[in-house]
Amino acid sequence: MMQRTQFIDPGRCIGCQACVAACRECDSHRGRSMIHLDYIDVGRSVASMPTVCMHCEDPIAPCAEVCPADAILVTADGVVQEAAKERCIGCANCVHACPFGVPKIDFEEKLQYKCNLCYDRTSVGLAPWCATVCPTGAIFYGTLEELLAQRPNAVVSDIVVFGEQEIHTGVAIVAPSGYARDWIPGGLP
Amino acid sequence: MTERHELPIVAPGIDDFAREGAGPAGGWEAPERPQVRLVPTHCCFCGVQCGMFLKVDAHGRVFGVEARDHDINRMRLCPKGVVAYQQVNHPDRLLRPLMRDRRGDPLRPVSWDVALDRIADEIRRIQDAYGRDAFGVIGGASLTNEKAYLIGKFARVALRTRHVDYNGRLCMVSAAAANKKAFGIDRAANPWADLLEAQVILLAGANVGETFPVATQYFWEARDRGARLVVVDPRETPVARTADVHVPIRPGTDAALFNGLLHVIVREGLVDEAFVRDHTTGWEGVRDTVASYPPERVAEICGVDARRVEEVALLWGRAERAMALHARGLEHHVQGVDNCLAVINLVLATGQLGRPGAGYGTITGQGNGQGGREHGQKADMLPGLRDIENPEHRAIVAERWGIDEAELPRAGTSFVEMMEQMRAGQIRGVIGFCNNPLVSLPNLSRIEAAYEALEFHAQADFFLSETAERADVVLPSAVWAEDEGTTTNAEGRVVKHNRAADPPGEARPDWWIMRQIAERLGAGRWFAFESPREIFDDLRDTSRGGIADYAGITYEKIERTGGVFWPCPTPDHPGTPRLFEDLRSAFPDGRFRFHAVEWREPAEPADEDFPLRLTTGRTVAHFLSGNQTRRIGALVEQTPRPWVEVHPSLGFASGDPVRVVTRRGSATYPALVTDTIRPDTVFIPYHWSGRVAANRMTVDALDPVSKIPEFKVCACRVERGDEIDPLSPPPIPPGRMPQPFEAEPAGDARPPTAPQGRGTSER
Repeated sequence: MMQRTQFIDPGRCIGCQACVAACRECDSHRGRSMIHLDYIDVGRSVASMPTVCMHCEDPIAPCAEVCPADAILVTADGVVQEAAKERCIGCANCVHACPFGVPKIDFEEKLQYKCNLCYDRTSVGLAPWCATVCPTGAIFYGTLEELLAQRPNAVVSDIVVFGEQEIHTGVAIVAPSGYARDWIPGGLP
Repeated sequence: MTERHELPIVAPGIDDFAREGAGPAGGWEAPERPQVRLVPTHCCFCGVQCGMFLKVDAHGRVFGVEARDHDINRMRLCPKGVVAYQQVNHPDRLLRPLMRDRRGDPLRPVSWDVALDRIADEIRRIQDAYGRDAFGVIGGASLTNEKAYLIGKFARVALRTRHVDYNGRLCMVSAAAANKKAFGIDRAANPWADLLEAQVILLAGANVGETFPVATQYFWEARDRGARLVVVDPRETPVARTADVHVPIRPGTDAALFNGLLHVIVREGLVDEAFVRDHTTGWEGVRDTVASYPPERVAEICGVDARRVEEVALLWGRAERAMALHARGLEHHVQGVDNCLAVINLVLATGQLGRPGAGYGTITGQGNGQGGREHGQKADMLPGLRDIENPEHRAIVAERWGIDEAELPRAGTSFVEMMEQMRAGQIRGVIGFCNNPLVSLPNLSRIEAAYEALEFHAQADFFLSETAERADVVLPSAVWAEDEGTTTNAEGRVVKHNRAADPPGEARPDWWIMRQIAERLGAGRWFAFESPREIFDDLRDTSRGGIADYAGITYEKIERTGGVFWPCPTPDHPGTPRLFEDLRSAFPDGRFRFHAVEWREPAEPADEDFPLRLTTGRTVAHFLSGNQTRRIGALVEQTPRPWVEVHPSLGFASGDPVRVVTRRGSATYPALVTDTIRPDTVFIPYHWSGRVAANRMTVDALDPVSKIPEFKVCACRVERGDEIDPLSPPPIPPGRMPQPFEAEPAGDARPPTAPQGRGTSER
C-alpha cells in the first residue's frame, strides 16, 4: 500500500453517500462523482460500501497496462492518475481491465474519468474530499500508523484475491476485527 | 441530459458518465470564478450543527463548500451538508412578496409595502372583530436563537396574542418535558465527546446514521475504544446493523422495555443505592412499578426475546460509565414523556450522570431544536426556559421588555391544538415562519381543513412550501447563509452562523419582516433592531437569571472558542459543557426526581382490520418536510421518492405497488422488501407531499403533557395496489419552470435500493 493512503472500512459505512456528494465538489471534475456506493446484500441488510480507485501496484495497475493510448500515468507516489484527456480515446479498455469496476466513460466526450485520489488536495497535504467528509471514518486517509493509533483493533489488508489472481493495491481495506487472513476475497471462488 | 447508449460494453453503473445529473440547479457555473473568500459557518440542517466554510466568489455569490475543522464535526459532513450551499442561488427562491386577493386567485408579485400593509390590516381587523387571541403566530426550530426569540416577543408584545407555538412541537417537546420533570433543566446532560469515555452506550429510537450522520463517528470511536453499543429500534438501521445488541422492539412499547431493564437491575442488585439515597426522590414508586415488568412480560409486550432484555440490563447495570441517548423514535408517542422518563429512571437508578462517559441526552432534530425551545416561541414558555404561568418569571420578562405584566398574554396552546382551533374558528388568522405543516403534521386532511378555514394566512419562507403555496400573502425570506445568528446544537453548545451573501432579489431575513409588521401595529419601539447582534443582546439580557442563561455568551466568545455551552451567566464564565458534575439537579433541593411510569398501548393499537403498525421517519438524503432537500439535485437523485418498507413475510416483492391503509387515508407506494424491519411493522419516510405524504395516514393523537403527535405508531393494513401514486413536484413561484430533477421523479415508480437511497449503479 502507499505510505499515506486511503483505508476503506465497510464495517463503519452507513451508506449515507456523503462521499458521493463530496466527490462532485472536486474542482477537477465538478459535478461528477467518481465514487461507487453500493448497497450490498439488498433485502437482508442495510450494509453498504464505497468503492474508490484502489491504485493497484501489481506491478503496474491493470488499467494502465491495457491502455492502448498510454494515457494512464502512474506517478512516483503510486497514484494511478485519471486518463490524460489529450491521449484518452474513450475505448473503455481500462473499464474492462479494472478488477474493481472503477473507471467511468463519458461516451459524449469519449473520455475516461476516475478517482485520482484528489490529486489537487493530496499533493498539497490535504485529505481527499471523500475521506474528509466521511461521517463515520469508513473512508480514512492517512498512514497505517495513524489508522492503528485511532483503531487499535483494525485488521488491514492491501491484497485482494480473485480466483488464482492476486492484486496488491495502493489503497487498503479494513477487515472485520479478528479476521485471520492477510488477503481479502475479491469475489471469485 | 444525453440519450442513454444501448451499447452493452460496460458493466452497470459505469456507463455513460454524462448522465450524471445531480449538480446544483442552474448548472455547475462556479469553477471559472476565482475563489476569494471562505466564510466560516455551520450547516443549516440537523441538530449536530457541523462546522463548514462557504466558498464565496468575487461577485459575492456562494458557489461551494469547504471542510472546516470545527470541534463538533472535525471536517466531516453528511450528503445534505455537502450540498446545503446549493439553496443559496437556487432558481426556485422566492424573490418578491406574493399576494392573492381572495382564495382561488393566483399569487401575484406585490411590493413589500403592499404585502406588509395587508398583513397589518388583517391582524387588526381579525383582532378587533374576534379578540387578540384570534390571530396566531407559528414559528420553527430551524430559526436562529435571535429569530426564535423574536417570534415569541413578536407574538406577545406586537400582537399580544397567547397563540404562539412552533414546529419543535413535532420534535423535542417530549424530552423537554421529561427533562424538566426529572432534572429541572432541559438540556442534554453531556457533550458528545463524553461518549468516547463510555463503556456502554444505549441508543433508543435514534436512527443516527441517517438522521445525524456525522454524530455516528462519536459512536464508532467509542467502540474503537472498547464501548459496547445497544440500539433499540424496530428497524435494523445503519447503526443497529453492527451494534453489539440490537433490540428490535415493536413500535410503541419503549416504556415497557425500559421498565423491564430496570426490573432486572433491581433483581440483580445493580442499583446505585448511595446515589439513589443521596441525590434522588421518588425511587420507591419506580421500584414498585418495575417489579411488575419481568423480562418475560416485557418480551411479550415488545415482541423481542426475553434474553435480550436480560443481556442489555446486565450490560448497562455492570458498566461503570454508561450513556443513554434517544431521539424521535422514543419521543413521538402519546406516552412520549413517559418513555423519556423511563430512560431517565434507568440512568438515575444506576447513578450514570455528571461524569465523563456517564450521562444522558436527547438528540435534538432541527438545527436549533435546542435553542428554538428555550427563548419563548413555545406556547408555555418565556425566554431563558422560563414558565409563562409562573408569576415571578412573568414579572421578570415583562420588566426586561418594558411592558406591564398584565399585558403579557398567558400560555397558549400547542401546534396541533392550534390546528383544531383554526378549524373551529377560534383562530381566524395565522402568520407562519419556518414551518410546513401541510407536510409535517399528522392526519393532513384535518390540517388542510384548518388552513382552509382561516380568514387570513401569511407565510414567510425562502422556497414556496406546500403551506406557503396556499397562503394569502407569501413573504420571501433569507436562507441561513444570508443572515447571521446563533443556534444551540443538540449538546447545548451555542454556535454562530455567519453571513456569506446578501439575500437575492427582495428577500429579507425573518427578523426584518417581524420588525416591519410590529411597526405597522404601533409596537415598533420594542423591535427597533438593526441587526441580529442587537437581538442577541436583547435575548442575553432577557435570559439573564433564567435556567437557559445566555447572559455571558457573546458573538466574539463563540468565535474564539468554537461554541459556548449554556448556562453561561457572566462574561468571564466558561460555559457548562457537562451538567450535574456536583450531582445536583436544577431543583431547589438539588435532588433528581424519579417518576414511575406504566406502559400503555398506543393511541391506536393494531386490531383485526388494521393488523400492522405503521411507523414514519426520515431518510438520509432528505430533511423534515423536504421543502429544501426535494429541490437539490444530488439528494433527489439519491432518493427521488418515498416507498413502503415491508418484511418479506407479507408476500410482496420489491417494486410491487403496495397500498397502505389507515383509518385516515391510504396511498400506494413501491415496496422495499427487506428483512431489516419487523414483520408486524411497516415504515414510510415522511418528507414528501401530496398523495404520497405519509402524514395523510398518521394519527393525530397527542401526548397529554408534551402534546407531541404519535408519528411513530398507528394501526394500518397493506394490500396489493394497482398503480403507484405519483409524486407532486415541489411548488414553485408563478412564472417559473421546475428544475428537471424536480419534475422527473414524478413518474419514477421504483423503490430505493436500500433505505439510504439508490446505489450509484441503480440510478
